[in-house]
Amino acid sequence: MSDLLRVENVDVFYGDFQAVQQASFAVPDKEIVSIIGTNGAGKTTLMRAIGGVLPAKNGRIYFEDVDITGWPTHKIVDLGISQVPEGRKLFGRMSVKDNLIMGSYTPRARKNAKGELEKVYELFPILKEKSTQSAGSLSGGQQQMVAIGRALMSEPKLICFDEISLGLAPTVIKDIYAKVRELNNGGITIIIVEQDVKRSLKACVEAFVMLKGKVVLSGKTCELTEDEVSKAYFGM
Amino acid sequence: MDGMIQAIIQGLLLGGLYAAVGLGMSMIFGIVKITNLAHGDFLVLACYISLLFMGVFHSSPLTTLIVVVPIMFFIGFGVQRTMLNKVIGRGDEPPLLITFGISIIIQNLLLYFFTANAQKLASPLLLKSFSAGTVSIPVLYLISCIIGVAIILALGVFMKGTYLGKAIRATSDDTEAATLMGVNIKSTFGVAMGISMVTAGVAGVLIGSLFNFYPSSGSTYLIVAFAVVVIGGIGSIYGTLWAGIIFGLAQVVGGFVFGAAFQQLVGYAVLLIMLIVRPQGLFSK
Repeated sequence: MSDLLRVENVDVFYGDFQAVQQASFAVPDKEIVSIIGTNGAGKTTLMRAIGGVLPAKNGRIYFEDVDITGWPTHKIVDLGISQVPEGRKLFGRMSVKDNLIMGSYTPRARKNAKGELEKVYELFPILKEKSTQSAGSLSGGQQQMVAIGRALMSEPKLICFDEISLGLAPTVIKDIYAKVRELNNGGITIIIVEQDVKRSLKACVEAFVMLKGKVVLSGKTCELTEDEVSKAYFGM
Repeated sequence: MDGMIQAIIQGLLLGGLYAAVGLGMSMIFGIVKITNLAHGDFLVLACYISLLFMGVFHSSPLTTLIVVVPIMFFIGFGVQRTMLNKVIGRGDEPPLLITFGISIIIQNLLLYFFTANAQKLASPLLLKSFSAGTVSIPVLYLISCIIGVAIILALGVFMKGTYLGKAIRATSDDTEAATLMGVNIKSTFGVAMGISMVTAGVAGVLIGSLFNFYPSSGSTYLIVAFAVVVIGGIGSIYGTLWAGIIFGLAQVVGGFVFGAAFQQLVGYAVLLIMLIVRPQGLFSK
């Protein structure tokens, strides 16, 4: 089992403020990896560094053993990493269909855009019904589906889900998680960023706990005790 | 009564052209979030470029669009890539200063090379008109209106139907999300400014065929563009069309009712009323 993504000693800054310190973790191919931490622990910043939105100042990031540190986002997306960002960040004034099509913006993805769109509609049939509505008019759960569908349109090998359950009803969260597992079974590697510890510990996956910009604990969730995790989580 | 109908028709036709004058400014306002204070000066620059090539080719103003359009695109693209992109995310003032500076530079370069004399793009169509019933329709106004409306419709189709157009809309909705989709924001802004300048260039050549222009005419058309943006709502392409028509009608019909001296005044009075009644514009989303 090889690692699809390797993050090594990465520092990320917002101006003078260091949001991520010496973070290291690896994501095995075709697995689900969970990144847990409180608000402000640096999880989202780390995702932005992986996506190339906010470049890492020090350290290296490898994807399929290619050093992608400092690459622009459009190249990283083209290589196969796509993001479901925190707060979904849809194009609210554009139609659902146009949102999805924007996901296939990279040159590689454009060729198969039609086929991929059909696959997304198969995964989330409701989106086909609402395809001409503006994305901003959908419910939270449906918006999350658009965000996931949009990420799938670039035919990624790795999808980073940032706070997928934030602001959603529990039943909707369950559905969304089921879809994520379905995608993983289809061969897509997944990073899930969560504040919700209990939910993260439910499945037996590799987990990394972040605190104040550092990775403070790692291991299989089924092997970590809840006590260990909450100590790392709260920094006690 | 015939005079009134004549004024309404003239106002409508002028409105289509005004819409084209404001179109590019509205687009850049909505997408790049920059107030391009040099918009009017770029428009006048296009007049002079056209003038230059009319001399070279011995052709009519409309024919020079073949060269004016690509030149304006590259000017817009270049200005965005080399100057405006450098100050993105550093507040509202730097882009204002840059476009203000460009405005001064264009005006003075034109003054240096072409003197302060009035110029006109002599078109063989200028004095032609045909009569429909009791009113006469000036051919050049009609052509200007048709071309103005055509570029608005073309831009609308481009923005809805192409990847690049979608990327431009997406960028204006959420810049970071567009980045995450693989959109190269800086290059997209460059293309958007290029397109904006193409619309200004086309509008400029039409304006230059209808009216006299001077190196300092830019501010006149900047104000027209502002009026169209304010009435139509920022970033709304079709709103621009209606706004142009409202503004054109207000000017010409106002001029007919109150006398030619009041033409400009009535136009801006309508603008002020719009600002009070619906400050977000008619078609703002």
